[in-house]
Amino acid sequence: MAALALRALRGRLLRAAPGRAGRGLGTARDFPSLEEKPQFPGASAEFADRLEFIQPNVISGIPVYRVMDRQGHIVSPSEDPQLPKELVLKLYKTMTLLNTMDRILYESQRQGRISFYMTNYGEEGTHVGSAAALDDTDLVFGQYREAGVLMYRGYPLDLFMAQCYGNASDPGRGRQMPVHYGCRERHFVTISSPLATQIPQAVGAAYAIKRADASRAVICYFGEGAASEGDAHAGFNFAATLECPIVFFCRNNGYAISTPTSEQYRGDGIAARGPGYGLMSIRVDGNDVFAVYNATKEARRRAVAENQPFLIEAMTYRIGHHSTSDDSSAYRSVDEVNYWDKQDHPISRLRHYMQGRGWWDEEQEKGWRKSSRKKVMEAFEQAERKPKPNPQHLFSDVYREMPPNLRRQRAALERHLQHYGEHYPMELYENRRRRSRSAHPNTTSTS
Amino acid sequence: MAAAGALRLLVPRGRLLPPRRGLRLSAPAAIQVTVRDALNQALDEELERDERVFLLGEEVAQYDGAYKISRGLWKKYGDKRIIDTPISEMGFTGIAVGAAMAGLRPVCEFMTFNFSMQAIDQVINSAAKTCYMSAGTIPVPIVFRGPNGASAGVAAQHSQCFAAWYGHCPGLKVVSPWSSEDAKGLLKASIRDDNPVVMLENELLYGVPFEMSEQAQSKDFVVPIGKAKIEREGTHVTLVAHSRPVGHCLEAASILAKEGVECEVINLRTIRPMDIETVEASVAKTNHLVTVEGGWPQFGVGSEICARIMEGPAFNYLDAPAVRVTGADVPMPYAKILEDNCIPQVKDIIFAVKKTLNI
Ligand SMILES: Cc1ncc(C[n+]2csc(CCOP(=O)(O)OP(=O)(O)O)c2C)c(N)n1
Ligand SMILES: [Mg+2]
Repeated sequence: MAALALRALRGRLLRAAPGRAGRGLGTARDFPSLEEKPQFPGASAEFADRLEFIQPNVISGIPVYRVMDRQGHIVSPSEDPQLPKELVLKLYKTMTLLNTMDRILYESQRQGRISFYMTNYGEEGTHVGSAAALDDTDLVFGQYREAGVLMYRGYPLDLFMAQCYGNASDPGRGRQMPVHYGCRERHFVTISSPLATQIPQAVGAAYAIKRADASRAVICYFGEGAASEGDAHAGFNFAATLECPIVFFCRNNGYAISTPTSEQYRGDGIAARGPGYGLMSIRVDGNDVFAVYNATKEARRRAVAENQPFLIEAMTYRIGHHSTSDDSSAYRSVDEVNYWDKQDHPISRLRHYMQGRGWWDEEQEKGWRKSSRKKVMEAFEQAERKPKPNPQHLFSDVYREMPPNLRRQRAALERHLQHYGEHYPMELYENRRRRSRSAHPNTTSTS
Repeated sequence: MAAAGALRLLVPRGRLLPPRRGLRLSAPAAIQVTVRDALNQALDEELERDERVFLLGEEVAQYDGAYKISRGLWKKYGDKRIIDTPISEMGFTGIAVGAAMAGLRPVCEFMTFNFSMQAIDQVINSAAKTCYMSAGTIPVPIVFRGPNGASAGVAAQHSQCFAAWYGHCPGLKVVSPWSSEDAKGLLKASIRDDNPVVMLENELLYGVPFEMSEQAQSKDFVVPIGKAKIEREGTHVTLVAHSRPVGHCLEAASILAKEGVECEVINLRTIRPMDIETVEASVAKTNHLVTVEGGWPQFGVGSEICARIMEGPAFNYLDAPAVRVTGADVPMPYAKILEDNCIPQVKDIIFAVKKTLNI
């Protein structure tokens, strides 16, 4: 008996779960004995009597859906989303403002004012086109290069800056490295550094949303590099099996730091994986903001209506270095970068379109560039002047409530500063005279 | 095989069952409940109490859980609340973290904590840190639970204690029940807690019946996280343990009592935040300390207790150096005789007590 028990136990530990074809043991499957069809629970298919392996790329590649050509001409009028002028201007202004903010914060890092930065150059179309197609309450899980999504939702320049500077206005209390933005009111989940962890998390959130029956969707952004992580596989598979209202949005920008796509995978990109997981999938021109818009709009609509996951692979190009810790001249040519910067940029494509419609001209462009730069510079200068968060915040939010050991540590720090504060640059910190802003909401909100 | 039969197969070998203890007198309304049933009750009550609570993991639904902890729950609560997942720890842990971020209260079962290593990034880098990194705007209320510690006859990759691993990390709470009351009360408290909680159960205890008081049978019963429990009072030496070794300590204490040595046995119940005050008060009384755990010695639970005692007021009360009784510092061997000698046994505890008391 003991030996038997042990064997059974070990069996449970080591064995994979059996596939479950059809829930409910009560309903026995029909086995039509006369029909010559495979009955395996794991697939529904026909028999084949010729030995033939499946080619990974049977067709010459999944096509790239686009609405505009590189000169901003609508290719097929039936695909034109016919967006009103104000909306198109909003798309354009967000893309360019993002570009300007990037330039200034990148420079600021080079001058040693902030520790790190990541630009979004060349990928503005994927951010703004997708953000515009979503409802503002759809939940966003980003990777780190999606600042344009948050900007489109109205996140103010001040707060972008505050985060990068980790100053007292940072809603994140200076806890995260630059570009790890988060904003509950704008339904943008705080960025997390380990790659691809947001993918299964987004699916979990989509599952929660489905349960709440909220007619909301989740969008999950990730790079083509992150798609190689096991988490991506797990997330895709779960989204399909849990039937979640989620749009997976892959920014395929050609590189994962220095790793080109040719070393990242051998199949036909990321979209080709979709069918394997049972995901509705499409590849779009990520530098065509209307193509991104159309694909996201329809994927979002159907994801919510049908509780079905969708996968969008947006082809684009990372024009900037990976981050301020990277020098991409070591692994790609200036010509290559120049091609995308000069010949196939999402911002210039949309500008061509707007000029073609008579909605924009050189003068407006000049004026807007000037005023947007001024806005960014103002926010930047303000951020730099702001004090640092109160050191007392070192201890809050480790738990929802502050446990005694942390309270003791906080009190010890306070005592120390009372005695020796003069030896520290206390004037750089927020509210050091009185007790810090302790009115932080400590209640759980579950919306 | 019938469900009941299959269940019996999962109950550990007889040699590992601690003897029923007649140490305490039963209150009239107390009943005997196994740890498995206590956990099942806790899940059932909390699923019923709060619509946001759901259980997910491998085989937790239709199969009732690899160790039958979730028996009957899928039938009662259905696919929406009890979710069988594909074999993908990092996947379903990520799902649980995301669901918690979006307002649900997942209970994430690892078939055993050994497999939680596949998902460690989700637990440490996402669950434990998101509340802090989001400045309190994204709480992650979630329970990671499953069997932990040495099992029987399943060797290195299936027999190890993760208390020190998880106990190391701020942002997590870590509980480790011994008795049925611990199991029920701590699981309920963990589910109601607004933080991520790691609950380290012990497979070898699942089938063990413990007395459960009338109070503990109530739906309102919770065991506060962060409070240790004195299981037996004594004056000569303090024994501190968590999980299954608590039983070993009680056995050692009753043997030693016959020799005139009165041990105070503290059931830690929570690894993080650690109730060091209870240990300090006891050491101030007994002047001797022995820690007992199934895990490895280096950076272990016992190491932490010793360090905290050394740093605090109780240090001056120690009449002898504290002694740690731990698992042997090797991966768990398969051979039974080696395995037996790798985990703390009652004789090891008695030896340590005598050493520290110099008798
Ligand atoms: C788990 C993990 N491994 C490695 C890294 C280091 N890393 C940060 S970004 C990056 C490249 C990601 O490339 P991709 O997903 O294509 O996104 P992109 O930067 O192109 O937007 C790597 C390897 C990390 N953050 N997390
Ligand atoms: Mg990339």
